[in-house]
Amino acid sequence: MSETRTLPTPSAGWGRRLLGWIDDRFPLTKLWKSQVSEYYAPINFNFWYFFGSLALLVLVNQIVTGIFLAMSYQPNTHLAFGSIQYIMRDVHWGWLIRYLHTTGASLFFVVIYLHMFRGLLYGSYKKPRELLWILGMLIYVCLMAEAFMGYLMPWGQMSYWGAVVITSLFGAIPWIGSHLVIWIRGDFGVSGATLNRFFALHVVAIPLLLVFLVLCHLMALHEVGSNNPDGIEIHDHLDENGKPVDGVPFHPYYTVKDLFGVGVFLVIFAIIVFYAPTLKGIFIDPINYKPANFLQTPPDIHPLWYFTPYYAILRSFPNKLFGVTAFMLAIVVLFFLPWIDRHPIKSVRYRAPFYRILLMAFAATFLFLGYIGMQPATLFWQKIGLRMAEIYFLFFVTAWTYAQSPTRRRLLVTFGVCLALILWIDWRFYLPSIASLIWWTLLIPLCYLVLFYLVPLLWPGGMRDRTVPTRVTLR
Amino acid sequence: MKMQIQTRLVVLGVLTAGLLFSAPQSEAIQLTGYPLEHAPINLTDTASLQRGARTFVNYCMGCHTLQYQRWSQLGKRLHLDHQALRELMFLQTKPTQMMTNAMPVQEATRWFGAAPPDLSVIVDQKGSNWVYTYLQSFYVDPSRPTGVNNAVFYRVAMPDPFWQTQGLQRIVYRRVRHNGYLVNQFVKFVPVTKGTLSPRAFRRQVGDLTNFLAMVSHPDELKRIHLGIWVIAFCVVFTILAYALKREYWKDVHRKHPHGK
Repeated sequence: MSETRTLPTPSAGWGRRLLGWIDDRFPLTKLWKSQVSEYYAPINFNFWYFFGSLALLVLVNQIVTGIFLAMSYQPNTHLAFGSIQYIMRDVHWGWLIRYLHTTGASLFFVVIYLHMFRGLLYGSYKKPRELLWILGMLIYVCLMAEAFMGYLMPWGQMSYWGAVVITSLFGAIPWIGSHLVIWIRGDFGVSGATLNRFFALHVVAIPLLLVFLVLCHLMALHEVGSNNPDGIEIHDHLDENGKPVDGVPFHPYYTVKDLFGVGVFLVIFAIIVFYAPTLKGIFIDPINYKPANFLQTPPDIHPLWYFTPYYAILRSFPNKLFGVTAFMLAIVVLFFLPWIDRHPIKSVRYRAPFYRILLMAFAATFLFLGYIGMQPATLFWQKIGLRMAEIYFLFFVTAWTYAQSPTRRRLLVTFGVCLALILWIDWRFYLPSIASLIWWTLLIPLCYLVLFYLVPLLWPGGMRDRTVPTRVTLR
Repeated sequence: MKMQIQTRLVVLGVLTAGLLFSAPQSEAIQLTGYPLEHAPINLTDTASLQRGARTFVNYCMGCHTLQYQRWSQLGKRLHLDHQALRELMFLQTKPTQMMTNAMPVQEATRWFGAAPPDLSVIVDQKGSNWVYTYLQSFYVDPSRPTGVNNAVFYRVAMPDPFWQTQGLQRIVYRRVRHNGYLVNQFVKFVPVTKGTLSPRAFRRQVGDLTNFLAMVSHPDELKRIHLGIWVIAFCVVFTILAYALKREYWKDVHRKHPHGK
């Protein structure tokens, strides 16, 4: 305690004396030092490392604008839609507050997805950061719940029908499903009861949980230290004072750097808020400008863009239980990433070329699934969606295989098992009327399997990792 | 009000019944390949918005409301003085009221099959091009209760509000095979009666109305666009300063690091 305590002298200014008074009673200076000004972060953070602080910024934006929206919003089926219009027209700066909230919601997911992809790129989920990753995943799941419930608030057509579809998913659970749906909705259909409880959860319960989890996430980060693009522990090289040689204090180095990131982000944010708040229907769905009508289903129900990758997986299976299971599994599998990819090298920079292609293919798959989820649910898009869903899961199988420096035999066996599984799914949902569609789309996972399981047999060099430097590199 | 609509319906019914024999191709059809026209939206054109407001009040407001638009705010937005605003709001008494009408929803549902929707956010919902094209695409169809159908909105319950200014028209289409299905492809509209306005003047009437509805959908859009420049400029300056600050702080880090540039 004594080392951080500021001893007030009679000549010290009132600010210093106040700080001393506080430090005697609360570890303010100590916290600031341990968490910020003497928290050592690697010097080689790149572009991908802006998104953690940006996520925090957007969280604050959502909370602040959310508070002001809640002052004028009416969680009542008769008033909800109108109260949004009231906010947009009669509340001073209401339009700005609402657009900041809607744009913030979408950009929250942009930032989080990039933040998560950073984790994938540099193996930030690997030992000793498994719990950090899991806490992050919990935040992600909370965020999804928060966004889903918030989307019901405007009580537009897509709000309503989106809620109907997503809550009905729980009905696919055997035996208890139908009771569970009623329990969640608080009614036999999505109704005022649902709107009220979603409002309560959206503005109180989940934000509290989110803030708590974010705090845990930061505490876990500061316990294990930040990873970096080289995937090397900076605490392995300490100077004579016991400080990491390749580290700099978070403040002022990363505070000023993140400030620059915040500036760039705010420019993009402002362009969207002021010039394209609906972003051509991607951030605000035009159908949601029609009040909810439980007698009229919109021609096509789809969630906002940030859920469409999972939505594409959900509806690519003709069987509801299969679809829901795949949808849940697509999220749950991410929790287990630290144990799926146990390759000792963290950063993609030093992983084998095949792993790098694999990771890029995974990012492309996720984006393409998102695109598919926005398309109308035709048989064609369902089948393409099924193929991309297969590839989505194959990433985890392949990452797992690659992590153990596989032998030729191992690659061949995994290839065979995966292909058999895919063919089994095709056989299970075979329809003679779309036989040709099934066969030619089979090429998608087949090419994927050939690329990642058979080509490495021909080019073993592509499976060779690079040497990891002992000290971090600056590019 | 009620009388007015019913009279208009009767007139329309009689008129279209007379056309039964002269329009052989006028059964209800679902069209493909009917492109939307680009609506002339210009929110700075106050004169156009004023004309649009007048058209709305005269042609639409008997059935449709703008329940989220306040008269007083409309007056302010369109630079209308008290007298001009009074002339627009012949149904209401107070400028602080919303732009609603006297049509009872339940009755309206009985008359038309569906209550006329509120149009406060119709442009956000359907898009200005849709609204613009829709209003010009009514055609004679005796199979419909109102005597008209719409090329954009198949079997619409709404009668043609512009049957006088536009004049009635019938549709010419042909059946073509598309992806193995027989579909109706739009060819052209043929005028049946002459409108009181020239085709050009009518397009301007509908264009002004669409412009007005676009303004009503987001009344603060102009303010948003003007403010946006300043906000973005501020953010850009902030970013530049933040970058300079970052460079200043990081200078010695890059110098000291053995692998640094």
